[in-house]
Amino acid sequence: MIAIDKVGKWYGRTQVLADCTTAVAKGEVVVVCGPSGSGKSTLIKCVNGLEPFQQGRITFDGISVGDKATDLTKLRARIGMVFQSFELYPHMTATENITLAPIKVLGRGRDEAVARAHALLERVGMRAFADRYPANLSGGQQQRVAIARALAMDPIAMLFDEPTSALDPETISEVLDAMIALAQDGMTMIVVTHEMGFASKVADRVVFMDAGRIVEDAAKAAFFDRPRSPRAQAFLSKILRH
Amino acid sequence: MRLDIAFIVDHLPLLWQGMQVTLLLTLLGIVLGIALGALLAVARLSGVRPLAVAAAAYVDLFRLLPLLLIIFWVYFLLPLWLGRPIGGFYSALVSFVLYEAAYFSEIIRSGILGIRRGQINAGLASGLTYGATMRHIVLPQALRNMFPVLLVQCINLFKSTSLVYVVGVNDFLMAADVIGTKDNRLIEMYGFVALVYFTACFLASLAVSRLQRRYAL
Repeated sequence: MIAIDKVGKWYGRTQVLADCTTAVAKGEVVVVCGPSGSGKSTLIKCVNGLEPFQQGRITFDGISVGDKATDLTKLRARIGMVFQSFELYPHMTATENITLAPIKVLGRGRDEAVARAHALLERVGMRAFADRYPANLSGGQQQRVAIARALAMDPIAMLFDEPTSALDPETISEVLDAMIALAQDGMTMIVVTHEMGFASKVADRVVFMDAGRIVEDAAKAAFFDRPRSPRAQAFLSKILRH
Repeated sequence: MRLDIAFIVDHLPLLWQGMQVTLLLTLLGIVLGIALGALLAVARLSGVRPLAVAAAAYVDLFRLLPLLLIIFWVYFLLPLWLGRPIGGFYSALVSFVLYEAAYFSEIIRSGILGIRRGQINAGLASGLTYGATMRHIVLPQALRNMFPVLLVQCINLFKSTSLVYVVGVNDFLMAADVIGTKDNRLIEMYGFVALVYFTACFLASLAVSRLQRRYAL
C-alpha cells in the first residue's frame, strides 16, 4: 500500500535522508526506530507530503506523493497522522477537534460528524471528556483524542510520529493500548517509536534507521533475536537493558 | 486661585461634542487600521516576493516617521496633488490609518508566526487546504494571542488622536482648550482632560491584563 523507493532529502546542503527504501503492505504494522536525528520522523512526514523530498519516489495506494500533479489535500484526507506533541487545536473542544475535518473536507453533516466523534471517543475511552478543551486534558488523554481525530476521516493507513515521547510514563500505556487495539483491528500503520514493548507485541516488521539511512528492515522476530547491523545491535542492547 | 468644578459641569455638553470626534476618530482609525494592517501582514507572509517586499517597505517607512509629520504631509501636501483640500478630519483619519496600519500589521504578523508549525501540519495532515487551515486553526488562535497587544495599540491610538489639534479639528482636547482659554480656566480644563484620558486608558489597560490572564494558553 505504501512504497518508499530510494528516497533522498536535503535541508540545504545537509542530507537528512539517503537511499531509503521500504514498503508497507495493507494491514501491516511497521515500527520505525533509531537514535534521535536519524531521520525517522522526517521519513514518515514525507509519506503524506508534509515534508518534500528531492530524490526517489513514494507511492501511497498507487498515487505518487512527490508528483507535482498529485492533489496532496485529497491524499492526506485518506492518511491519518498522530504527532509527538498531540497538536490538538487548543481553541476547540475534543469533539470539535474531531469533527472539523470530516465536516470541512468530507462534507459530513454536523449531527452525523458529532455522533461519529462520540463513538470514536468511546473507542479510545474518552467519551466522558467530549466537551473538554485540550488544556483540561492530560497528555495521554490529549493523544487519545488525537487518535480519534485521525480515525474520524476513515483513513486507510495511519502514521504515528513518536506518539508517546512527550508523555508521562504513567500515561504511555493508555495511548499504547489504543494503538494496539487499532493494530489488532487490521489498520495499516507506520509507527515511529522507541517503545520496543509495543513493537514486540504488534509489529509485523521493524525498520531501524541511523544517520538518514535504513540500516535494518526485518521481520519482528528476526530484528529482536539477531539484528544484523552492529548499529542496531548496540541500539537494542542499550534500549532493552533497562 | 480656586478650582471651579461648576465651570467644568457647565461645559460638559461642549466637551462631549469634542469627545465624540475623538471617539469617532479612534474607532474609524482602529477598524480601518486593522483592516489595512491585516492586508499588509498577509502580503508579507504570502511568500509572493514582490508583495512581501512592498509590504515590508511600507511598514518600515511608516514606523520610522513621526505621526505629526504624516499628518502635515496629508493635510498640506496631499491637497496640492489632489487639487483640492481634504479638511482636518479626513487628513487626520487618513494619517492615523496609514500610520497605525504599520503597527497593526506587525502585531498581526507576529500573532500568526507565533502559532506552532505543528498546528499547521495537523490541519494539513487531516486533509484541510492551506486556506482552511489558516481560517479554522491558525487565525482564531492568533487573534486570541494578539488581542491584548492590539488593545494596547488601540489605547495608544486613542491618545494620539489629540494630535488633530494641529490641523484644527475640534476633538476633546481642542474643545477643552478653546473653552479654557476663553474664560481663563485652563487649570480646570487641562486637569479634567488629563483625568478623563487617564481614567479611560487606565480602565482599558486593566481590561487588557484581565484578558491576558484569562486567555493565557
